[in-house]
Amino acid sequence: MSTPSDPKRDRPWVFRTYSGHSSAQASNALYRSNLGKGQTGLSVAFDLPTQTGYDSDHPLARGEVGKVGVPIGHIDDMQTLFENIPLDRMNTSMTINATAAWLLSLYVAVGERQGVDAKQLQGTTQNDLIKEYLSRGTYVFPPAPSMRLISDMVAYSVDEIPKWNPTNVCSYHLQEAGATPQQEIAYSMATAIAVLDAVRERSDIAAEQIPRIVGRISFFLNAGIRFVEEICKVRAMAELWDEITSQRYGVEEEKLRRFRYGVQVNSLGLTEAQPENNVIRIVLESLGVTLSKKARCRALQLPAWNEALGLPRPWDQQWSLRIQQILAYETDLLEFPDIFDGSTAIESKVNELIEGSRAELEKVLSMGGAVAAVENAYMKQRLVESHTQRVLAIESGELPVVGVNLYTESEPSLLADGGAQSILKVDASAEREQIERLEAFRAKRNGAEVEAALRNLKDVVASGGNIMPPSIRAAQSGVTTGEWAETLRGLFGEYRAPTGVVAGKAEGGSETTRSVRERVHALRKDLGRPLKILVGKPGLDGHSNGAEQIAVKARDVGMEVVYEGIRLTPEEIVHSARDEGVHVIGLSILSGSHGVLVKDVLELLRSEKLDGIPVVVGGIIPEEDAEALRAAGVRRVYTPKDFDLARIMGEIVDVVSESAAAA
Amino acid sequence: MLARDRGAVAPALNLLDDTRPERRREALDLLEVLESDAPAPGARRIGVTGAPGAGKSTLLDAIVRNLRDQGRTVGIVAIDPSSRRTGGALLGDRVRVRAGAADPGVFFRSMASRERLGGLADATHASVTVLGVVFDYVFIETVGVGQSEADVEMVCDSLLFAAQPGAGDTLQFMKAGLMEIPDVFAVNKSDLGPPAERTRNELENALGMSERDAGWTPPVLAVSARDGTGIAELMATLDAHRQHLLDTDTLDARRRRGASAAVLDALERRYGGFGLDGIGGRAAAAERLNAAPEGAFNLLRKLSAEIEDRLRKG
Ligand code: B12
Ligand SMILES: Nc1nc2c(ncn2[C@@H]2O[C@H](COP(=O)(O)OP(=O)(O)O)[C@@H](O)[C@H]2O)c(=O)[nH]1
Ligand SMILES: [Mg+2]
Repeated sequence: MSTPSDPKRDRPWVFRTYSGHSSAQASNALYRSNLGKGQTGLSVAFDLPTQTGYDSDHPLARGEVGKVGVPIGHIDDMQTLFENIPLDRMNTSMTINATAAWLLSLYVAVGERQGVDAKQLQGTTQNDLIKEYLSRGTYVFPPAPSMRLISDMVAYSVDEIPKWNPTNVCSYHLQEAGATPQQEIAYSMATAIAVLDAVRERSDIAAEQIPRIVGRISFFLNAGIRFVEEICKVRAMAELWDEITSQRYGVEEEKLRRFRYGVQVNSLGLTEAQPENNVIRIVLESLGVTLSKKARCRALQLPAWNEALGLPRPWDQQWSLRIQQILAYETDLLEFPDIFDGSTAIESKVNELIEGSRAELEKVLSMGGAVAAVENAYMKQRLVESHTQRVLAIESGELPVVGVNLYTESEPSLLADGGAQSILKVDASAEREQIERLEAFRAKRNGAEVEAALRNLKDVVASGGNIMPPSIRAAQSGVTTGEWAETLRGLFGEYRAPTGVVAGKAEGGSETTRSVRERVHALRKDLGRPLKILVGKPGLDGHSNGAEQIAVKARDVGMEVVYEGIRLTPEEIVHSARDEGVHVIGLSILSGSHGVLVKDVLELLRSEKLDGIPVVVGGIIPEEDAEALRAAGVRRVYTPKDFDLARIMGEIVDVVSESAAAA
Repeated sequence: MLARDRGAVAPALNLLDDTRPERRREALDLLEVLESDAPAPGARRIGVTGAPGAGKSTLLDAIVRNLRDQGRTVGIVAIDPSSRRTGGALLGDRVRVRAGAADPGVFFRSMASRERLGGLADATHASVTVLGVVFDYVFIETVGVGQSEADVEMVCDSLLFAAQPGAGDTLQFMKAGLMEIPDVFAVNKSDLGPPAERTRNELENALGMSERDAGWTPPVLAVSARDGTGIAELMATLDAHRQHLLDTDTLDARRRRGASAAVLDALERRYGGFGLDGIGGRAAAAERLNAAPEGAFNLLRKLSAEIEDRLRKG
């Protein structure tokens, strides 16, 4: 692998591709092939059981193993993942949060096996739990112990893994949940403050260490299609960060106050309709975080053209990598100093964003900071509201999306006509094989050592010690991901974050909305009571946007809505449907596990004699799967192209009327 | 139902919520049977009220855990407001009460308040009656919005008011003169430290000034739904209140008042104030209902017939 270098040009940012699937072995092969194509850093996607701390054979892992990322159950998996990738020369970003301390421990232990000292390891653990509660959904523990784990990792790595970014404050996921730029800025700054305040309070951290710790805090941002505003957003964040680090934390050295950030460009706006257009969107979004030298990202990862269809194949990811390479090596982008300095238009927009977000930040701080504003649901409710506004604007056409609500006529897509072939399908045997490897690993490890390591973990954590040393020992001793997490669950308990959908003003809505509402009201006579719907999210999937917007819209058309948030079992959903006496169940699944989970729900409904309750499903569901679901009894299936929520509601009314008539 | 069959509960609650005439008759049949034949006093009925965010649902979660550990079964009705503009409602209390997420020993029904102002839904009383036959404990969660405390009092034996530290809503509550209604006060979130203790003191002082019936001084407890502090004590206090009702022979009267209020409500919804005037007005009807040896629900048909008769003649 050789990369062009020219001393007259700036060094490009790190090129990454967010990837991982099936097994450590398959993912390792993918990483090596990506590096061979000129990718300069790794970005590991873990599967949902690994992210939420379950072993592959746990009942909750059913259908999810190796699906949306790589399953890592123990040190041998981690070793396989980085086989022939020297960790002293790699910059690895791991999208890992609740179990971040564990995966970092495995990384350190694998480094050791490779003969690499922890002091040489470079990379990032995402490790921002605030945004997990607000958007991403792979939290496990309550906020207080979560903040403690983050601060433990920060305190540990500052001396022991000094080149590591122990936490990456994320505004990326807030935009993906519908945040406005002001909310993105304010809530991520509030998160950074929560982390640094927690670290500052530690007795094992001396005041002189704070500037260096501040210097290790990096951010992970989004870049949307309004790319000029995005340039301004980044500049605004850099200014605010400078202010916060110098005023609140007294950091004097300029270098340590620098706003360092990586980016994944926006995916929420990538469409299922005319998917080839997404490539253009991705290019434009990349400009927002590369054009301005002052506000240029350190690392960039791009989604692929088929984002809204399903997982990308190697070729799709290669195409996105090429975008970065063309931008960095062919264009003259890297030959200029900052091309926006002195622009009054940019400056005034930056100031406007700073003012707006400062006010919102003050509000959060006055509530007691980010943790308090998670617990009292303030931030989550604001995000759901913003997303509702966005969805309504697309529905009304006020927010133009080409191919969706504008210029919808199209030749058949020559890219997407491959049907199931145009996305990556994870082999159904991946789960079974991973469980077999896990069983073999358990059989060969030293049971006494594992037990001692787990006891040590429990004792150290219970007595307030740092999470890292006992976790590294556990990694070396052959503890599994599930065992590590289970030990902490026992100590910390588990948490369910507020859904954010309880509050909010009811919307009058469009013409269609009003006419659906009339039908809902009319149906009350036939049903004897108002139409009641259960919106359920089975499995480990944390994609809540769709379910939230469906719940809000259902309320706005006059339905009574039960929504309990993410990560429910099929048993819990059926139990709720019965006790709540609902007329229809709407399931939302975006993580690809619909095959197993929907079938489980249907079977349970049958065995409970509740199969009179119709079921509709929405999410990322390839057409052939949709057909299978309908054949199994699902009444309607919706995917991202069904952006008109009022129309969906109308069809749900149809479904309920049909069922009522049949009963 | 009388066999305490859990499977019959959800369909029964659906029936009680159903406004179609024929289903209404069936519902009344059911209520009549339950009123005559269900063993009294049956389940403990406990109302939980307080401002939004005080931690009522979280408290219920802690209480449910406590009761399930002792092998007690629990039924819960949680009422949330409906949007006046659209008629729709987001029913979100279930999110917090995870203890019974797939446990047959716990039953949770969310209800929308619909056209009704205040903290109850039309079917609340009837639903509580049904749950009370099948489960050991029944809880009714509803937001405190002034008037609703008086309403919830009518569907429960003991009313628990959940306050939160430093809350203006507690003051609001005291100003509204509703201090006399709750039987037990719990300042939740005691894990937050001094502010909780301060609020507890304020409440205790304010209560000292409000008049209560003899023999029961409403205790003010500090609890934490989050870490479990004070939950056992809270349960013991609720037990004590129950004992007080039995000792003073007032449980039955309280239940009767509640049933009468529910029946009156149903009559008024159906026939309006004008209809009630036909049988001598609200107060007279209430008196008859309270005194009815057969029970309020068993008198409902008779009163309806009288009203209809009057309306026809009138
Ligand atoms: C936004 C987003 C996120 C956000 C989610 C924020 C949130 N709180 O929801 C963030 C950034 C956190 C995220 C994270 C991840 N994501 Co994501 N994400 C998306 C994205 C870009 C958009 C989804 C979305 O919210 N759309 C907006 C809503 C309104 O639309 P919708 O959910 O599709 O709902 C519509 C219809 O589908 C339908 N519908 C949906 N549900 C229901 C329910 C009912 C009852 C009805 C009637 C209708 C209905 O109606 C809605 C109206 O239009 C999609 C790709 C895409 N463009 O679709 C990927 C995508 C879903 N994500 C994906 C992945 C893999 C992940 C991760 C698992 C990655 C990882 N390994 O960690 C993580 C982890 C998330 C987790 N905990 O599970 C994959 C899933 C792949 C698959 N199924 O095979 C996708 C498809 C991207 C891709 N191509 O790789 N993601
Ligand atoms: N610190 C603390 N927070 C609590 C406690 N009980 C509830 N909460 C929080 O208070 C908020 C509101 O709780 P919820 O039960 O939904 O309140 P409700 O509206 O009264 O039902 C949530 O964020 C809870 O996590 C407690 O004992 N301590
Ligand atoms: Mg509640």
